[in-house]
Amino acid sequence: MGLDIRWPIGLMFTLIGALLVITGLVQGPDARSLNINIDLVWGIILLVFGVLMLAGAVWGGKKKNEGGK
Amino acid sequence: MQPIHLAWVDYTILLAYVVFVLGIGFALTRYMKTSSDFLISGRSIPTWVTGLAFISANLGALELVGMAASGAKYGIATAHFYWVGAIPAMIFLAVFMMPFYYGSKARSVPEFLQMRFDKRVMGLNAAAFAVMTLFASGISMNALAKLLNQLLGWNYHFALFVCSGVVLVYVLKGGLTSAIYTEVLQFFMIVLGFAPVVYLGLKDVGGWGAMTSQLHGVAQNPMAIDLNTKSFAPDAWTSAWKPLLGGSADNPMGVDVFAIVFGLGFVLSFGYWCTNFLVVQRAMAAKNMTAARNTPIVAAIPKMLFPALVIVPGMIAVALTSIPDKHYRIPPPIIAPEAYTQAVAAVQNTNPADTAATVKAVSDALGKKVNADKIAALVAANAANKLSDSQIKDGLYNSVAEYDYDSVIFSLVKKYCPAGLLGLALTALLASFMSGMAGNVTAFNTVWTYNLYQALFVPNKSDAHYFWMGKFITVVGIVASIGCAYFARQYNNAMDIIQLVFGFVNAPIFATMLLAMFWVRGTGTGAFLGLIGGIGSSALFHALTIAHGNLPGVKGGYLAVVHEFPSEMAQNFWLASFAFTACLVLTIVISLATQRTKSDEELKGLVYSLTPKIKDENAPVWQRPAVAGTVLLIACVILNIIFW
Repeated sequence: MGLDIRWPIGLMFTLIGALLVITGLVQGPDARSLNINIDLVWGIILLVFGVLMLAGAVWGGKKKNEGGK
Repeated sequence: MQPIHLAWVDYTILLAYVVFVLGIGFALTRYMKTSSDFLISGRSIPTWVTGLAFISANLGALELVGMAASGAKYGIATAHFYWVGAIPAMIFLAVFMMPFYYGSKARSVPEFLQMRFDKRVMGLNAAAFAVMTLFASGISMNALAKLLNQLLGWNYHFALFVCSGVVLVYVLKGGLTSAIYTEVLQFFMIVLGFAPVVYLGLKDVGGWGAMTSQLHGVAQNPMAIDLNTKSFAPDAWTSAWKPLLGGSADNPMGVDVFAIVFGLGFVLSFGYWCTNFLVVQRAMAAKNMTAARNTPIVAAIPKMLFPALVIVPGMIAVALTSIPDKHYRIPPPIIAPEAYTQAVAAVQNTNPADTAATVKAVSDALGKKVNADKIAALVAANAANKLSDSQIKDGLYNSVAEYDYDSVIFSLVKKYCPAGLLGLALTALLASFMSGMAGNVTAFNTVWTYNLYQALFVPNKSDAHYFWMGKFITVVGIVASIGCAYFARQYNNAMDIIQLVFGFVNAPIFATMLLAMFWVRGTGTGAFLGLIGGIGSSALFHALTIAHGNLPGVKGGYLAVVHEFPSEMAQNFWLASFAFTACLVLTIVISLATQRTKSDEELKGLVYSLTPKIKDENAPVWQRPAVAGTVLLIACVILNIIFW
């Protein structure tokens, strides 16, 4: 309905992913997380997910314009 | 549990979420032109969105918290709530029932009942549902405000009103579509917020194999960690079916196979998934019939995999508690600081020779059971080397022999999440509580506007009028939910009673719906009286039975105790089975004794035998609900075999 939901989801997770990556780089591994830099690792994964969602939204928008729906 | 300290990044994530959900609401406002747009999304949403919203509407924070708690108490058998108690029902809904819900063009489940039977049946279902959603919404918001208060130190009233306010704005602006979109956002946040916690927990405990062997030890001696008063076979926490085969005494849940398969797997689960408008509404918002039928199928895929996310943390927590080197225990119930001070004094002023008296004094001061050995060790340690007050307090904390299972998931989040990930996990929890309110309010406003207000009180007005009423009642709904939240906060026992009553109402409804859709001869009078009879028989069953360990009263058995069940869960499942059967039999008998009020022509599209079968040959194989449903059922059976 009008707003493609992939836009807010994509933006949200790109933002969260970026925040986690920055935190991970600044803070480094935490003993709590068994010395894995989970913020960095998971932040990258979320960033990728967010970007894929945005790509889906852009592609969906193009398809809609071409299909003239 | 001690409050958590949040860093700037955590608050940023929280704020971002609030901004995004408000933004979604505002972005959708321009598409809200009619009551249909606002209340039922104008039937325009794609399958993957309705599918994820369908499962999200059900996956509230209380479920997250409750499943982790059950995972700790009962182990992998908790997965029955998913693999037996959800998947088959969801597939049945998709393949057999959605054609009637969607094809009838009913705008809600009660409306379908009106079309099939008459206004009495509709009115009963609509009124009960309306009340239930308001209480469900209030329970959700009370739990959220309590959590923010305990975990972050926020003021309860502030938390309640701010969160309710956010929900009010985005639902008022974007209607059902707003609720659906935020539910999908919530789904991703929960999966992506908690997956790392499960991963880290499993790593910490040594892997899946190490966890299961640890749980084998726990099952044989749960008393060592105060988990249960009985011992079981080694696989009681790691095997879903085998512990049930021996009967209710052989498993921590206290149930037998019949209760699980018929009570949970058929009556309760089909009753919920196939008739509860909160979830069915999401499927009804789909853009066409195929999308509507595929919605529960799409939802079933993550549902099957959720045990890994929500149940395994409970099992991890138990395994960790049983390994002393990990210095972790499932948190004890919250005890007032004054009680701790009293107990500390009891330890300091005790006679080291008389440990029994000390144990009693400490237990009385704290108001909880304590582990006698740990108290004795604490007293001895204090006698050897005078310990500080806070050291004694820590010792006491660790010796409380009761658990607050509901805090398992928070304790794991606190244990493994550094700043950043912590913000994501907490925001995911917050999101799901708020979704609980939004979902219930959007179901409530539809049922009120169309099925109570329009159908019974003020018919024949313009759509603009009903659109206005939809928005007005949304505000009323949120305010009423806040009222219910305060009620839930104040009257804990009353809430138990209220949820009990809802259980009575839900138990027989599936019988009514089955007969509605699959038996032409069912009449309005039969359905109405059958449903009332079903509710009455639930109440009667409850009044005459009790669960082991409970006293007659709110928990049942207040008229007489005709039968005692090994556990509350068993009592619940058998109650559901009984109510379903009573409703089924009554509806059939009374229908046969009364006249049909609707002709075959009027029932076309509403009953199986009078509706042309849907031909799916044009759709690609994987999009045909019957095919996809069968594949999922097979996958579900495989999962059951793996965890047999």
